[in-house]
Amino acid sequence: MSVDIEFLKSIPYFSGLDIAELEAIRQLVFERTAQRDEFILDEGEPGEVLYFVVSGAVKEFKTSAEGKEQILRIIRPGESFNDVPVFDGGPNVASATAIGPVVLYGISKTDIGIILNHHPRVAANVAKVLAERVRHLASLVEDLSFRNVIGRVAKLLLEYAENRTETERPRLTQQEMAAMVGTAREMVGRSIRVLEEKGAIRVDRHRIVLTDKEALRETAGELL
Amino acid sequence: MPEIIRELCNGCGLCVAVCSCKGLVLIDNVATVVETVECDYCTQCEAVCPTGAIRCPYEIVVGES
Repeated sequence: MSVDIEFLKSIPYFSGLDIAELEAIRQLVFERTAQRDEFILDEGEPGEVLYFVVSGAVKEFKTSAEGKEQILRIIRPGESFNDVPVFDGGPNVASATAIGPVVLYGISKTDIGIILNHHPRVAANVAKVLAERVRHLASLVEDLSFRNVIGRVAKLLLEYAENRTETERPRLTQQEMAAMVGTAREMVGRSIRVLEEKGAIRVDRHRIVLTDKEALRETAGELL
Repeated sequence: MPEIIRELCNGCGLCVAVCSCKGLVLIDNVATVVETVECDYCTQCEAVCPTGAIRCPYEIVVGES
């Protein structure tokens, strides 16, 4: 399948380029597909390719020594991933898998160098993309290091189950819980998993059952 | 099953692509739920939706372990 120039035009990396420049860049872009759950990148491996999601979605994550997964972000069409190793020459910062079937455009590290040399506007676009990425990661670092997000989620669950009657208790999505405790959806997902591992709750499809309120109170700690 | 807010759906189809139980389809360019017992409420459709058109809400209750 040929690389779609209209799609390239819509990518923030190539914003503001004219058709001749996009045409030159198109020659350096290749297409790759991946199936559901297929690994596209392995953390720690050499980073050789910058990817753009054309269709589908990709999950970028890090895994702890105990096998716990922390999602860094979900990458949607038009967005790039694996930027950092392509620019600093280091290994892949995180792993990436396809959430469903995906189509990707890739550009090799060498070809990115060529593009930057020939099209200086791309460098300014890259700076903007990387700045946005740093902002997102800084916010995630704040959540992971300084804030007791798990405790806040525990507190929210307790308050919700205990202090309201059934009619006063609307069902909550992970996104809504995130907004209520001032964090990202990814952090709520992680908190729910941790609380389930502790035996404080049980997730039964669309139902969160508080099975050990004492454990939840303990986790909520000084927040109560 | 997930809930769809039809007026927010932009028809991008990402939810359909990530759904492993074929519980979502696009009808008239709008995400639509197909009732299936296979849905295990993974909430991936909600996670990938760029417009907030999909909700996977939880009921929060006190119960036995």
